[in-house]
Amino acid sequence: MFSVSVKNLDLSFGDVQVLHELNLDVAQGEFLVLLGSSGCGKSTLLNCIAGLLDISDGQIFINGRNVTWDEPKDRGIGMVFQSYALYPQMNVRGNLSFGLKNARVPKEEIDRRVARAAEILQIEALLDRKPLQLSGGQRQRVAIGRALVRDVEVFLFDEPLSNLDAKLRADLRIEIKRLHQRLKNTMIYVTHDQIEAMTLADRIAIMRGGAILQLADPHTIYARPVNKYVADFIGSPSINFLQGDISTRSRPAFTADGIMVPLERYQFTGNGINEGPVSFGIRPEHIVVGEQAASLPFHMEVEAEVVEPMGSDTLVWTRLAGQDFRFRVDGQLPLKEGQRELIGFDPSRASIFDGETELRL
Amino acid sequence: MAEAVLARQPKAGSRAEARGARPRPMLSRRNIVVYGTLFVVSVYYLLPLYVMVVTSLKGMPEIRMGNVFSPPLEITFEPWVKAWATACTGLNCDGLSRGFWNSVRITVPSVIISIAIASVNGYALANWRFKGANIFFTILIVGAFIPYQVMIYPIVIILREMGVYGTLTGLVIVHSIFGMPILTLLFRNYFASVPEELFKAARVDGAGFWAIYFKIMMPMSLPIFVVAIILQVTGIWNDFLFGVVYTKPDTYPMTVQLNNIVNSVQGVKEYNVNMAATILTGLVPLVVYFVSGKLFVRGIAAGAVKG
Repeated sequence: MFSVSVKNLDLSFGDVQVLHELNLDVAQGEFLVLLGSSGCGKSTLLNCIAGLLDISDGQIFINGRNVTWDEPKDRGIGMVFQSYALYPQMNVRGNLSFGLKNARVPKEEIDRRVARAAEILQIEALLDRKPLQLSGGQRQRVAIGRALVRDVEVFLFDEPLSNLDAKLRADLRIEIKRLHQRLKNTMIYVTHDQIEAMTLADRIAIMRGGAILQLADPHTIYARPVNKYVADFIGSPSINFLQGDISTRSRPAFTADGIMVPLERYQFTGNGINEGPVSFGIRPEHIVVGEQAASLPFHMEVEAEVVEPMGSDTLVWTRLAGQDFRFRVDGQLPLKEGQRELIGFDPSRASIFDGETELRL
Repeated sequence: MAEAVLARQPKAGSRAEARGARPRPMLSRRNIVVYGTLFVVSVYYLLPLYVMVVTSLKGMPEIRMGNVFSPPLEITFEPWVKAWATACTGLNCDGLSRGFWNSVRITVPSVIISIAIASVNGYALANWRFKGANIFFTILIVGAFIPYQVMIYPIVIILREMGVYGTLTGLVIVHSIFGMPILTLLFRNYFASVPEELFKAARVDGAGFWAIYFKIMMPMSLPIFVVAIILQVTGIWNDFLFGVVYTKPDTYPMTVQLNNIVNSVQGVKEYNVNMAATILTGLVPLVVYFVSGKLFVRGIAAGAVKG
């Protein structure tokens, strides 16, 4: 049984179709991240699951129960919002217990659950303060606590860390991960931040234009993106694309202006290999520099055009087959603009996309 | 809320660095122009009030001397007592007191009913986007632009058919309905500026239509309620047209009665009584403004943020 199950979900606002034929199954205790740039429909999908938006067609199941037309409170979900959405006129205790009072939970039970949530989130000292007297991180803890006291199976997070500064974001990210490990609830988490997605998720659903492009564990998303958009979206610095052709004359290879990359070790997804134009993607961090490069199936000497030191590592811009190309080297490596360097990579780490459909080959 | 807190901090920091404002000469040209203008304008507005107050404190012989601006030689409160308790309008000789209590009995229920309904209207329009909400809202707003005069006679007929013509109840109904468009607009805009996520969070927390209204929205909206109360109290208290059309002499509101006292053509014109009566009638809106001025400004500004 799936914890959350979305079947053939359609959502339109007037003539605008926002979500189309969307299917999604989330396992018990899974941490699923919905990732995408703004306007891709990820928050909309979350609002549909929460019951805050009426869907046009399809069904939503939570814990095996059809909740498509249930009120949000009856779905067994707790939700955390980007703007915290704390009730300003109530103190922290009031915020935490508001939902329980609405559900007419007995007083002792409310006190017990509030105390437990406060203990887990370490906000016991703040219980009598008003939201305005809290810092951003404290507010978001209270917001998480409000979901926690509901004792629900499914947590929904709508970009909960986007309003925090970078340092606090990293801290709270770890706390959310710990919380998940401790509670083992199902969590669905919306974000546009790929670091949050990669670090938190059991599985990531990459969304675009109201559809899920790829649903897989973070490593698969990173290493074997299903199309060019996903490859480009994930990874920082972003992946290199070389435009060229596949040729299968003597042996499979990628050819572009003056270079040839043998593809014997590349794992093609389909059955056969077809000749034709493709985008050849290779991540900057998968480029090997120096003598070790000589032993790789593809290697070549290039000139460093621009060097961007970033402390721990350095990003080097060069040209390969007449196209822009970046690679990442250790920050310790002394590399100057204009210097020539041997680089190489293992074609099995590349991702090749069809020139027209942009799907993975 | 979060933004407000964050925005305040850097401001405080920069002030600390500047170490106090730069001293400015008191008699700069800018100050002279600004304060001079303000002074002239206040004199312009305060002079009539001054004349009214001094005249109301004079006896009739002193008034006949014709010196409008001079302070009273002999202060008398006789005109005030007469205006309140014994001035005659038609057959009734119990002064403005009757009109005052009529006005109270009209204003209080009208204000409560119109604000209660309009705030729920605005809340529903802003947060529960039901089907046809936009059409409903448009109709309501168009209602605000129809001249009152067009509706006077139809409403007479409606009230007559309802059997409340000439009663305070009828006038309360009329005031409540006529306050609806502008008040609904006011409340809708205010509630629309409340973050949507707050509303969503309350729904997840199991609060329904009324629970969200009473427990979340209303406690957050004190300023806009104050604005609405001020608008309605002053508007309804100062109303003359509806009062004169939809009530009878026994139930005339204070404004109509004031008019009848001041415009009576029989006997001597008692300017001092007229002045006292006018001040008495204007006192209620005046007090309302003074008491709630600060909240009023805050509410108007808050409602104006988002349209």
